[in-house]
Amino acid sequence: MAGSEQLLDYLGRYFPVLLFIGIALAFGVVTLVLSYFVQPKYPESEKLSTYECGSEPFSDARMPFPVRYYIFAMLFVIFDIEVIFLYPWAVTFFKIGLVGLIEMLIFIALFVVAYVYAWKKGALEWD
Amino acid sequence: MAQLFFFYLAGIIVLTSILVVALRNPVYSALSLLIMFFHVAGLYVTLHAEFVAAVQIIVYAGAILVLYLFVVMLLNLHREDRYHAQFPLATLLGVTILTEVILLMLQRGDSGAPVATPVIAPPTPAIGNTEAIGEVLYSTYVFPFEVASLILLVAMIGAIVLAKQDLFEQKG
Repeated sequence: MAGSEQLLDYLGRYFPVLLFIGIALAFGVVTLVLSYFVQPKYPESEKLSTYECGSEPFSDARMPFPVRYYIFAMLFVIFDIEVIFLYPWAVTFFKIGLVGLIEMLIFIALFVVAYVYAWKKGALEWD
Repeated sequence: MAQLFFFYLAGIIVLTSILVVALRNPVYSALSLLIMFFHVAGLYVTLHAEFVAAVQIIVYAGAILVLYLFVVMLLNLHREDRYHAQFPLATLLGVTILTEVILLMLQRGDSGAPVATPVIAPPTPAIGNTEAIGEVLYSTYVFPFEVASLILLVAMIGAIVLAKQDLFEQKG
């Protein structure tokens, strides 16, 4: 089947990506497995207790996070999407020319409004 | 061979999707969702949609999953057992939808239409996928593109208003 060969040829260009994923996975797995076999094991109750910079742990680690983290994550998502729209624009910049530039300026102007709003409302401040 | 890729990716997607709803620890659910996002990106690559695949990884695996994790930690769900009590309702809905899908597929088989020529979209050799998207997005679909910006603006204002409410009250 010709289509299958075509697809294989096409996926062959993604071999470096697969290689990267493979090396990344192997690095994590090999490090953990090897250190498990090589490490000396003298367990003690004090050693196995939760380590918290030397002080005694006083509560559960799974405490509710402040809502501020959520705001930062939300802002990150929104500006991430803005950047995503810049990629195809940058690639086709010479083809779409001035019109594309004006379009993108309008697009970014709206984001500047959003940015100024977030700034003025203190969403970018920690406390 | 091409179908092998598809079945691997689709299999992992189905498996991890089930794990997302079946695992009791919400953080584990989020992590299996991450694996699912990566495999969906792989599926897009086999469909010659490189740009969508990159977006899938950057936006979904990178940003939206972090958002999910923050929500999980915000709500402090240790082990969410409440929704596992909805088993009867879920079964009813699931069986209904499955029956519909099977009926649709049977209908398709009856009409003798070719069942979905699989996976391979026609490649666009002259220009890249990202370029093709750019050309269309900034000419034919300018208006939706600008509206997307507006929607994101609204989403951000909504998020700030909702999440910062406690702070406004403290100030005012």
